[in-house]
Amino acid sequence: MSSLSSPLPSLSVPRIHRYPRVVVGAVVTLLFAGGGVMMHAESQLVVMILLAGFVLVFGLADRTQIGREIAAGCSDYRGFANSVALISALALIVLFHADHYALLMLATVAIFSTACIALNLQLAFAGIANFAGAAFFVIGSYTAAVLTAYTTVPHALAPVVGALVTGAMGVVLLFPVLRTRGHYAALVTIAFGVLLRTLLEVNDTLGGPQGMKIGSFSVLGLDFARLNHIGPWNVSFYLPYAVLGIVMFALVFVLIRRLENSWVGIALDVVRSDETAAAVFGLSIRLWKIVAFVLGNAIIGMAGAVYGMMNGFVTPNGAGLGDSLLMLSIVVLGGIGNLWGSVVAAMIILVLPEKLQAIQEYRLLLFSLLVLVVLLFRPGGILPRPVRDLSRFIGGART
Amino acid sequence: MSGALLQCGNLTKRFGGLVALDGFDIEINRGETIGLVGPNGSGKTTFFNVVTGLYSPTAGSLRLDDRDLFGSAPQVIGRAGVARTFQRSRLMLDQSVFDNIAVGALCRRDLGLMTNLFRRRRWTGELRETVDRARALARRFNAAIADRLFQPAGAFPMIDRRRIEICRALIGTPRLLLLDEPSAGMTHDETRELMDDLLAFRSEMPDLAVVLVEHEMDVIRRVSDRCVVLNFGRKIFEGSFDGLIADPEVQAAYLGRGQ
Repeated sequence: MSSLSSPLPSLSVPRIHRYPRVVVGAVVTLLFAGGGVMMHAESQLVVMILLAGFVLVFGLADRTQIGREIAAGCSDYRGFANSVALISALALIVLFHADHYALLMLATVAIFSTACIALNLQLAFAGIANFAGAAFFVIGSYTAAVLTAYTTVPHALAPVVGALVTGAMGVVLLFPVLRTRGHYAALVTIAFGVLLRTLLEVNDTLGGPQGMKIGSFSVLGLDFARLNHIGPWNVSFYLPYAVLGIVMFALVFVLIRRLENSWVGIALDVVRSDETAAAVFGLSIRLWKIVAFVLGNAIIGMAGAVYGMMNGFVTPNGAGLGDSLLMLSIVVLGGIGNLWGSVVAAMIILVLPEKLQAIQEYRLLLFSLLVLVVLLFRPGGILPRPVRDLSRFIGGART
Repeated sequence: MSGALLQCGNLTKRFGGLVALDGFDIEINRGETIGLVGPNGSGKTTFFNVVTGLYSPTAGSLRLDDRDLFGSAPQVIGRAGVARTFQRSRLMLDQSVFDNIAVGALCRRDLGLMTNLFRRRRWTGELRETVDRARALARRFNAAIADRLFQPAGAFPMIDRRRIEICRALIGTPRLLLLDEPSAGMTHDETRELMDDLLAFRSEMPDLAVVLVEHEMDVIRRVSDRCVVLNFGRKIFEGSFDGLIADPEVQAAYLGRGQ
């Protein structure tokens, strides 16, 4: 990555002078370790303490000198930080190797983070509020179900086919989404979600309200459902899915990051923020909205296919507005336009209610309060979107 | 390639019963600077919006370099070489200065997903070239902008934002540049500075035609080769600045008719 070769400061923030990489690496590892402990923890007290720790860390990050220095360091060495993150996540899998529950949590966070960074592409870059995220997610799952039940397509291709089918289904929505703006486009996607759920409930070939079973993922003759030991170690059924989830997240992350840091990223920003200027400078508003919407839906569908294969079944309930809102609230909470923000928020939204039984019943209420509080006091989200700095791709040639 | 760069014949724009632009004829030659003046609501910005395709004209003809652009989409007209600035600054204030300037060059860049996502070396080459151009352009106006190319545009004062907007319009090497009240909201000193900039890059791009909408008569006198006055969507005067000052129609449009 060229970002590694650009140690020059990008903004007038003081930098860590000694061993910046060690500090950045340690911070990222610690954050992942904290997340790992939270997924593993049984005691509610530990979870509460960790949560308080997270709030403190992110609260202090931009209020203290050292916090700002570390945050700037993470952005200067983002390629390095991302690599450390990947290794930390894989290390967590090794540590959890036989722990079903922790691995299920980890895989779920990875898969939903993938879907949410795709929502980010639609909402933060292209300005399309997609309130049918869960519907597209479920389309991916159903595609995997149909493929594994009725066809001989190799199961390893199910996520890819899921992506293609979901992307194509999204095209149905293109016409109304392109014709409408803002709230109206959002309403169109809500209607789509409701229609899809109803359709799935009454459609008997797709299992009706009971939904469908989904065959497990397998690659190169390795059936994920049958895997219960690697060498001498017993491993959980969820371990390969956790690895698959993280690999998928990493690939999609790189894809969306590259898209953000390219001419396309700039084009999407103009199309979102000022259609008049975009048109005058020769950019097709339609084209870029289509690209973001279809690509985003395809990624959501791929994540949905993997999630369905991990769970082994899919029901129409998953397509509801509630789940779509949950996915959008992950994006808003994490910071619209910040991909890592979505991961942090996915941790909070997906893992917390599992760990704190006390809040489980009130979770939707609490999440809506949380989103309101964040919007009031930290409108950019937990990790606000940074200013795009393309200079790091040309060797930090900042004069 | 004979004849004028931009030819508008009997150009008309109606909004229901309101005729915002009424049979406007104008020819603009390469390298010429036109000062477009007129009272508020006389149709100056409407003319810009029609020429850039934001409004589709009701009647008349619109040709750029003998290419018929009547009723074309703004994208087509933009790619054909018409660039503009806006009366109210339209920048992405959260994005870096470079991102804003690059917008003007995007339609001449490789926007293919393959290049942008996978052929990163090639993309980096284009990026380097674009950064160099943007920096050279910005330096012509204000070295401080060129030095802080990757800071958010919102961190700059109004005059620099105008300059960034002009850089955005110029980076695509347009043939016709439309400047909509560049001095709006600026002090006299700032206006003078901006006009010095304008004259400077004017001399470096001898083929570029410029239309300048402006209320500051000093500015019009300094930079324009020819003046056009609009009133209620009609052209009431075309000629030199001295002629404009002396013209009774123009005086009447601004001051009302004496008894």
